[in-house]
Amino acid sequence: MYVAVKGGETAIANAHRLFAARRRGDTSVPGLQLEQIVGQLAFAVARVMSEGSLYDRELAALAIRQAGGDLIEAIFLVRAYRTTLPRFGYSEPIATDRMRAARRISATYKDLPGGQLLGPTFDYSHRLIDFSYDPDAGPDEPALAAHGVASDLPRVTDLLGADGLMEADPLAGSDMVGDLTRDPLELPAARDLRLQNLSRGDEGFLLALGYSTQRGYARTHPFAGEIRIGEVELEFDAPEFGFAVTIGTIEVTECQMINQFKGSAKVPPQFTRGYGLVFGQSERKAMSMALVDRALRWREFDEEPGAPAQDEEFVLSHSDNIQASGFVEHLKLPHYVDFQAELELLRKMHAEIAANASSAQTSAREAAE
Amino acid sequence: MTMRDLPLLEIEGLTHFYGAQLGCRNVSFDIYSGEVLAIVGESGSGKSTLLNCLSAQLRPTGGTIHYRMRDGSRLDVYGAGEAEQRRLLRTDWGFVHQHPHRGLRMGVSAGANVGERLMVVGERHYGNIRAKALEWLGKVEIDGARIDDVPNTFSGGMQQRLQIARNLVTEPRLIFMDEPTGGLDVSVQARLLDLIRTLVADLGLSVIIVTHDLAVARLLSDRIMVMKGGEVIETGLTDQVLDDPHMPYTQLLVSSILQVGA
Amino acid sequence: MSLSEISEQPAGYNFAYLDEQTKRMIRRAILKAIAIPGYQVPFASREMPMPYGWGTGGIQVTASIIGPDDVLKVIDQGADDTTNAVSIRNFFARTAGVAMTSRAEEATIIQTRHRIPETPLHTGQILVYQVPIPEPLRFLEPRETETRKMHALSEYGLMHVKLYEDIARHGHIATTYAYPVMVEDRYVMDPSPTPKFDNPKMHMSPALQLFGAGREKRIYAVPPHTKVVSLDFEDHPFSVQEWPDTQCAMCGAEGVYFDEVLLDDRGGRMFVCSDTDYCERRQAEGHFGHLHASGGAGAAAPENR
Repeated sequence: MYVAVKGGETAIANAHRLFAARRRGDTSVPGLQLEQIVGQLAFAVARVMSEGSLYDRELAALAIRQAGGDLIEAIFLVRAYRTTLPRFGYSEPIATDRMRAARRISATYKDLPGGQLLGPTFDYSHRLIDFSYDPDAGPDEPALAAHGVASDLPRVTDLLGADGLMEADPLAGSDMVGDLTRDPLELPAARDLRLQNLSRGDEGFLLALGYSTQRGYARTHPFAGEIRIGEVELEFDAPEFGFAVTIGTIEVTECQMINQFKGSAKVPPQFTRGYGLVFGQSERKAMSMALVDRALRWREFDEEPGAPAQDEEFVLSHSDNIQASGFVEHLKLPHYVDFQAELELLRKMHAEIAANASSAQTSAREAAE
Repeated sequence: MTMRDLPLLEIEGLTHFYGAQLGCRNVSFDIYSGEVLAIVGESGSGKSTLLNCLSAQLRPTGGTIHYRMRDGSRLDVYGAGEAEQRRLLRTDWGFVHQHPHRGLRMGVSAGANVGERLMVVGERHYGNIRAKALEWLGKVEIDGARIDDVPNTFSGGMQQRLQIARNLVTEPRLIFMDEPTGGLDVSVQARLLDLIRTLVADLGLSVIIVTHDLAVARLLSDRIMVMKGGEVIETGLTDQVLDDPHMPYTQLLVSSILQVGA
Repeated sequence: MSLSEISEQPAGYNFAYLDEQTKRMIRRAILKAIAIPGYQVPFASREMPMPYGWGTGGIQVTASIIGPDDVLKVIDQGADDTTNAVSIRNFFARTAGVAMTSRAEEATIIQTRHRIPETPLHTGQILVYQVPIPEPLRFLEPRETETRKMHALSEYGLMHVKLYEDIARHGHIATTYAYPVMVEDRYVMDPSPTPKFDNPKMHMSPALQLFGAGREKRIYAVPPHTKVVSLDFEDHPFSVQEWPDTQCAMCGAEGVYFDEVLLDDRGGRMFVCSDTDYCERRQAEGHFGHLHASGGAGAAAPENR
């Protein structure tokens, strides 16, 4: 006697209960508090905000905790929540040149207006596991500059632009931008949508693509013109007031790459731009994004296409880790109907081959007789 | 006048610029049914640009192209929609690329490569498609036993012959060729040229062939057009132009080939 | 939106989860899809609280057309009790609170993955398919820009190249599921990964068939009484799967689509209906297969041999 598998409902409920217990771990150890995640796992929080496309540290921390530290799962939670939120409208463009910068470095000038500001960074630290690190012992008092955080930092690209050495910002003056979470992405896509896609894109995917451009797959001769990290004001134009009001500040990382110069019969050679902007502190992501942005602009500069990072359809269609992980993992779902269809065909073909072989034998025997 | 007396393709003032960069300028000529025209010149002379414009693959910045359809009507090639252009390229025209991977589907069998154009025009009988593919493999001297092999397993010369079969299976009237023998060994080249010459004569094809090799032009073409710096500088019957070139540049081209030959 | 409007947003989730604005957007896409049978309409697919590839397209379509009076059936692999079918049914039970059924003829909306019910559908019903890759040309031509052009110009020769290759290599058209169809003599369409066994059920169906691909952001449709023809060659005509001399081990049915179940590691196997609703109904009517708990061996049903 055979009883078909039933009770999917109970199985699912039990699986979720078991998962909840495992996620919590040893209950004699205190549970993670959101402030701990926000305060001590800030890079994880920044990534979840960026790729989740929603600036809310507590929500990101909530998602990270619920996901047991699986960041793509946490990004997924944030995205699924974000999509239910009402859309108020568009903010004013953020003014990153008026950023209250905690860090601002340029690889192209030794010194520049506003100065180099190393700020908080992993850079120049030796990657030795610190066995003696005690999270409960307070860190040494940071040495802050007397004038506090820097602001009013002109952009390196603007300084070059003033000398006519940098291409004009191709997006400057366009006040409406698309939104690929509201309208389906159609290809070829304009740069505003490409940038949105990249900013939401998977850090690892962009890192690999950006790296590939440096190794010769669409080389763009990049210089890190400037990387800045800090708080910018967010202004929103509410109809009731008739003017823009500041509704808060957000922390962003901005990267302006200065790339291979290009000229034409009409315009003398100028450097070209690659741009990266993400929530929170994530230099790796912002830099990768800038490299890929520039590689995707090959058409504007009559460059030879063919490298993966230049392939808009390939890059934009595969950058989203929520789409990617969903589809990869859907292979776990039952496919036995399709599999049975393949089995049926294979068996039929085997039967035919066997039948042909035996009829060939028969005819060979007949020929021999 | 019969249709045969009317030009198959009429080109008037064809000009193409890539931005500010000149591709080709003010090219005009007619080509008649059964005629083979060679466009010669060094690389950068504009001959590939011209070929791409002629074959409806690159919209020129100026000028017109008219094509005489099978029913005698005269089609404004760039006035027609993309659908019509693509249909022409898949049925009544052919394009033989220098690099076989651009003209073949390297991942599908030789039979399917040849049969594709038949399927495009609506052939839905597997047996007929296969028979026709076999017939054409024979015509281009490819062993029929290779019908289910993919082009990647073919030699360079075989790939080119397969490309030709793939183009000719729908019995087109006009074939464009872009350096079809480029990159092949001399002995392989000779065999391919011989095959092309035979097929063109047997089928009464009109051909526009781009080549930098004057020997190829002499062997295949009735007429020749010499290009330099994006413009046509000399044109005429192939033997006349090659035996008695008027322009100094053509003289230089001809003498350089003679030196190599000597 | 004004500040006062923002502050008046209701808390919690809307009926069937999606907000009304999104539903209207999706309904517009559905209407366009119905107007152009087989044509893939891009739509602004939302991020759903379940992963892409797990039915988000079908769920958005269902959520946009469902009303409080609808009766919903959800199947995956033909079965009402597979894990993902259970999960999707729970989602709609929680967010829409509509009546659920496993009976195909009682449902007003049937959301499915990989099967069309064995029970014939009737006028007024809507079958919603979950679609992973809506583009039938995708594996021949990966570029969306190019495939859209091919559809626009009806350039479908490549589709037959694939079928030709199958026959040349295997002696058969080797596509067994997601078998491409021509809709109303115009658009080549992917019927979603249903087995080709189900293709004939799509042809001239009295039910409305809607297809949702969430990750790929496409909706397409086959309106009632529409021609749906499976692509083939004249000398290699389309045919469906057959299991000669096979009956369902539970209900004794023949000529249905079967699941194969391995019983041991010595080659022991049995076949049961993939459509669990159909199978249970036959058993309720007294049809039994040879492994049924009733004692089996075709005790009741006359057609059991």
